[in-house]
Amino acid sequence: MKKVLVLGSGALKIGEAGEFDYSGSQALKALKEEGLETVLINPNIATIQTSKELAGKIYFLPVTPYFVEKIIEKEKPDGVMLSFGGQTALNCGLSLEKAGVFKKYGVKVLGTPVRSIEITEDRELFAKELAKINIKVPKGGFASTIEESVKISKRIGYPLLIRSGFSLGGLGSGVVDNKEELIRMATNALAHVPQIAVEEYLKHWKEVEYEVVRDKAGNKITVCNMENMDPLGIHTGESIVVAPSQTLNNYQYHFLRKLSLKVIEHLGIVGECNIQFALNPQNNDCRVIEVNARLSRSSALASKATGYPLAYIAAKIGLGYSLPNLKNSVTLSTSAFFEPSLDYIVVKIPRWDLQKFVGAYEQIGSEMKSVGEVMAIGRSFPESLQKAIRMLETGQDGLLGNGIDDTKLLPTTQRLFVIAQRFVKGESVDSIYQATGIDPWFLYQIKEIVDFEKNLPSDKRQVTSNPTSLKFRGASKLVMDAKKLGFSDQLLAKTFKMTEEELRKFRKKNGIVPKVKHIDTLAGEFPAKTNYLYLTYHGEESEIGDRGQGTVDSKKAIVLGSGPYRIGSSVEFDWCAVTAAQTLKAKGLQTIMINCNPETVSTDYDIADKLYFEELTFERVSDIYDMEQNTSLVLGFGGQVSNNLAMDCFRARYRILGTSPESIDKAEDRNKFSKLLDKLGIEQPVWQSLKTIDDALTFAKKIGYPVLIRPSYVLSGSAMNVAYSGSDLKKYLKQASNVSSEYPVVISKFVEGAKEIEIDGVAKKGQLLIYAITEHIENAGVHSGDATIVLPPQKLYLKTVRKIKDATQKVLRELNINGPFNIQFLAKDLKILVIELNLRASRSFPFVSKVTGYNFVDMAVRVMLGENITGDFKTIDLDYVGVKAPQFSFNRIKGADPRLRVEMSSTGEVACFGDDLREAYLKSLLATGFKIPKNSVFLSIGGQINKVALLESANQLAILGFKIYATEHTSKFLKDVKVNNTRLYKISEGKHPSVLDFLQKGQIDLAINISEPKSERVETDGYIIRRNCIDLGIPLVTNLQAAELLISSLVSKKMEDLEIKSWDEYLGLDK
Amino acid sequence: MTGKLILSDGTEFIGESFGFQHSTSAPIESGSGEVVFNTGMVGYPESLTDPSYFGQILVLTYPLVGNYGVPKKDFWESGKIQVKGLIVQNYIDHPSHFESQKTLAEWLKDEGIPALQGIDTRALTIKLREHGVMLGRIIVSQQSSAIRQYDPNAENVLPYVSVDEVETYGSGKRNIVLIDCGAKENIVRSLLKRDVRVTRVPWDFNPKTLKLKFDGVVVSNGPGDPKQAKKTIKVVEQLLREGVPTFGICLGSQILALAVGGNTYKLKFGHRGQNQPVQDVTNKKAIITSQNHGFAVDMKSLESEWVEWFVNLNDGTNEGIRHKKKPFLAVQFHPEANPGPVDAGYLFDEFVSYL
Repeated sequence: MKKVLVLGSGALKIGEAGEFDYSGSQALKALKEEGLETVLINPNIATIQTSKELAGKIYFLPVTPYFVEKIIEKEKPDGVMLSFGGQTALNCGLSLEKAGVFKKYGVKVLGTPVRSIEITEDRELFAKELAKINIKVPKGGFASTIEESVKISKRIGYPLLIRSGFSLGGLGSGVVDNKEELIRMATNALAHVPQIAVEEYLKHWKEVEYEVVRDKAGNKITVCNMENMDPLGIHTGESIVVAPSQTLNNYQYHFLRKLSLKVIEHLGIVGECNIQFALNPQNNDCRVIEVNARLSRSSALASKATGYPLAYIAAKIGLGYSLPNLKNSVTLSTSAFFEPSLDYIVVKIPRWDLQKFVGAYEQIGSEMKSVGEVMAIGRSFPESLQKAIRMLETGQDGLLGNGIDDTKLLPTTQRLFVIAQRFVKGESVDSIYQATGIDPWFLYQIKEIVDFEKNLPSDKRQVTSNPTSLKFRGASKLVMDAKKLGFSDQLLAKTFKMTEEELRKFRKKNGIVPKVKHIDTLAGEFPAKTNYLYLTYHGEESEIGDRGQGTVDSKKAIVLGSGPYRIGSSVEFDWCAVTAAQTLKAKGLQTIMINCNPETVSTDYDIADKLYFEELTFERVSDIYDMEQNTSLVLGFGGQVSNNLAMDCFRARYRILGTSPESIDKAEDRNKFSKLLDKLGIEQPVWQSLKTIDDALTFAKKIGYPVLIRPSYVLSGSAMNVAYSGSDLKKYLKQASNVSSEYPVVISKFVEGAKEIEIDGVAKKGQLLIYAITEHIENAGVHSGDATIVLPPQKLYLKTVRKIKDATQKVLRELNINGPFNIQFLAKDLKILVIELNLRASRSFPFVSKVTGYNFVDMAVRVMLGENITGDFKTIDLDYVGVKAPQFSFNRIKGADPRLRVEMSSTGEVACFGDDLREAYLKSLLATGFKIPKNSVFLSIGGQINKVALLESANQLAILGFKIYATEHTSKFLKDVKVNNTRLYKISEGKHPSVLDFLQKGQIDLAINISEPKSERVETDGYIIRRNCIDLGIPLVTNLQAAELLISSLVSKKMEDLEIKSWDEYLGLDK
Repeated sequence: MTGKLILSDGTEFIGESFGFQHSTSAPIESGSGEVVFNTGMVGYPESLTDPSYFGQILVLTYPLVGNYGVPKKDFWESGKIQVKGLIVQNYIDHPSHFESQKTLAEWLKDEGIPALQGIDTRALTIKLREHGVMLGRIIVSQQSSAIRQYDPNAENVLPYVSVDEVETYGSGKRNIVLIDCGAKENIVRSLLKRDVRVTRVPWDFNPKTLKLKFDGVVVSNGPGDPKQAKKTIKVVEQLLREGVPTFGICLGSQILALAVGGNTYKLKFGHRGQNQPVQDVTNKKAIITSQNHGFAVDMKSLESEWVEWFVNLNDGTNEGIRHKKKPFLAVQFHPEANPGPVDAGYLFDEFVSYL
């Protein structure tokens, strides 16, 4: 074995996110240690695994059978690893195996054999195999007729769970207790869908998972078990999860453990896998729900929860190592064949962003909708739970006080808070248990938090004249108890009517400070050689001094990570944080990382010298800053989360590297920034902050519609919008929140038809050191995170470039910027307007770094440390083009309208290289799952201007021989100009053949639906078309500029034209 | 009510009492013993009733204890709580489990066992790891501050934990004598599952005096220093001389070693947990085992007809021995589990196959 191919998972999407950067990176690390050559295929340019340090050769190409085969043909690897790139890599590997590709090129599949994977992927095969070893899976079957469903019911017995296809949005699903109910529901459902699932109803069974590792010799262990707080029926990715299990006794824990081992032995897993159980809490009856024969989201969580590097070990096993021959990576002395013992409790909470989607259903269930997660470590459930709530960064500081609507206890993203509110109102644990199936163990503890908070003294008289001190009797004990229950300084300060700083002073004066503990995998039995740390109030002693690496007087720096992945902030900031830590380390500093996201590489305990798996709140950062002493903070690489702490840290007089927080404040504060631009003579769209709806209307009228609306951030979540009229504006403002002096709304002029351009760069003491200018394909109106971005720019006037550079230099000088920055511009008619300045690394830093070949983060950190870097960096005149394309997960968010808007909705991104724009664009589209149309294209273009704009493209499609379908006006328009097409009826026309008929019959390969944002009425039709494309997996384009580029690319490129070139080859580093 | 744990080196850990509060009627050594830690995350009812913990104050490293209450006696490992005291980080007073009969606190109070919560159990564990196990006392009231220090290693403790007279279980054809040095109930249950009869005899009982025929002997687990079990060692010596198939578990393994002239020694802080990796030296197969021991067999002290069977993958200590030719086998870990993983259960099958 000399050369190994590793398949990545591509863009982050719901259900397949940053965890695979973690697992892939660990696998590459393991391979590198063995001195093997590695080839990685992953178009996700924002990942850490696609860094020179980890993989020998990197292909930014789609992980699809076509491209992977081409790369195998070219690279001739000896082995391939399929289990580190999520379902994408696994599916791709299965196809290649089926097609005989691995055999043809003599590539050995390392780790779990393909046959075992196939069994776990096929429900029927799986049930059959498990039956052989007398292990039960949920009973059930599929029925296309009433008779069939009755037949299944006879086999299983009542109650039954009926599920129909998701096109009904969950309608026609439910529980039936007898034959009459079954017939009624089946009749109803089968009228709409061809098939329903009839399953035994495992009401309120517990859901428990085990992470299992097995080597070739059959040695096997379970590394971690986890218990879902929500009962069966809520996807484990949607559930609050604890590790280890809390309500299982010895028998249950070890019974399920034994079954886990039995199952993976039977399946012949070699490496790592995840197994999920349903357990009847009343009698120990159980079912195996599924086995994931690969690294998964749960395994990433388990790795972080235990300190056991699952992916790394799985890779070593794949190479033939046996578990007893591997060492525990934390103690470096004990064996890797062991089961971690935790002396803390881990709580994971998913992070959702459903409010970013128009029309999304709020309920959660058996499908994943969350976009990220946080993990909190503590020594009591309340402590961990409340930490996790804050880590979510959703603005909630505790369980209460969020004005939640507590009328329903349905499983929603907010159910935890509804339960808390119900406890406030006096509802009993039992009643909530009956309604939710959440084990009373959890409910009692949630109630404990609620009761404590409810009874906190808030009477002002209890606070004496000295505001820094709480003088009422037992104040010190009360605060200590509160901290043990996980309450924040902020919440307590608010209750006691003092400032957070005052409470902090009181706390420190009374010795109420958190203690540092190690995660050492063995509950203290053996000393840890690594510094994987967390803070707790359940402890008397800190373990900081005795095991710290580096000498006391060596310089230290704390890097803040980016917290949970969410729409707008994900793996790109992990790359930034990890890169920053690596540079600091290379420069000889002792590095300290703080982050709380288990899906990241930054939370691997060997990235920095110390890892605090902790909250990114001011309180916690201060706690760590106090303990570490003599340290500096590095804020600019964790996205907005860490940047938001800048002013607080500045006021606390913490040492901060790089650009002064006062400058950051000038950039972030809209008023200050606006004044600064005026002073520098740089233009910006007209804007104003307004406190009433009437004022907003008056202002909008003055500047003229359309206007961009940015409501203040409130809990219910409100999105940015563009209003084209007064009624629009009124509607959005009412939807969003109540506009008030506390929550003003910012209205700015929306410039139509403008190009969006960004400049990412690094400044050194106010001077521009390096920069990259990128242009968006989509015109302004599409959020920059959803835009397709091109580097180097292809369609910019030299004059515009010069203006952008000029404006940038002025700003850099004025704010004396020393570190990373990003400025966003609008350009129209040779005029440029500044829309935003970020004094931190931006979302596109990995993209510009990897396309230009210069590591912007590394340079920024070195500048921040005072290094004098000089040079001439070639970032515009490149011989190739990089295109970054957004990845959407609309298929996971039922009901959501997939139209692009000013609010971001993409969950990830890819970037590919090409010799020209079209090649790079097509590759990147393919990397997001796009399928090249073969026969037919559907066009529905709203508005005359759009129709005219797309005319040439439509004509080209027709010339290429595509069959063109169109709706009424588009069809007529095209016919008038002699472009052949067939008219399809809109759904509202009630005639056939309708668009829906054709979409559902699979007669449309690509849908281009450009809507006119101004009109409301026709949108119902547009929405139905768009939504059906998503649900049916038909490629959909909703933006005019993207459609034009797509069609011109399709016209000029065939699959064979897409070159198989590695990153090195593009950068010219391969020679 | 606050209470404290005082270690023999004078260190004090302050906590809150949630178990038995001393009164004049309390057994004098209650709350006094050798302080040991266990890293298992489940199984407190099994551990508390495990006679091997006799004379010890148990520190559980998992910080939440009491979660699933206390099941009925059938699930215990002996008829009562064996530990002298319990130390946890956080006691959970709202158990939730269908088998729970009472809370842990109620149980501790019923059985006269003091317990503390709110102790930094991790700091305590690290102290024990670095210093080695220590004696200690739990003080939860004025009266209890007078209690004397008890040291379970200073005397033969087997009489406290063994049966008083011969008991028989099951109706299988083959008869196994279980020498009860403080046997966990699950050894009996595990044997009965293999369709044998079990004749349980006191620690100092010589089965050769039995009128009954027997096919093999199991020497059970138990508390204390194996060298204190002089009578048992003698009995086992005779059995081995006569070639009776013999299986030693934990203390039983140490007794076997001593019976054939080998030596045992005290480990610094012992192995107590459910995640101990051992490897079968003969076939390289590794399993995860449940362990609870403070002493170990010195492999070097054994004659060459004995081979090392299992070793601990973490620290290389001996985890099992067997005779090269005869059906004499012994393991340092607990194939009967309870608490802990059941991977080693196959060893009972192997032993029964020699009968």
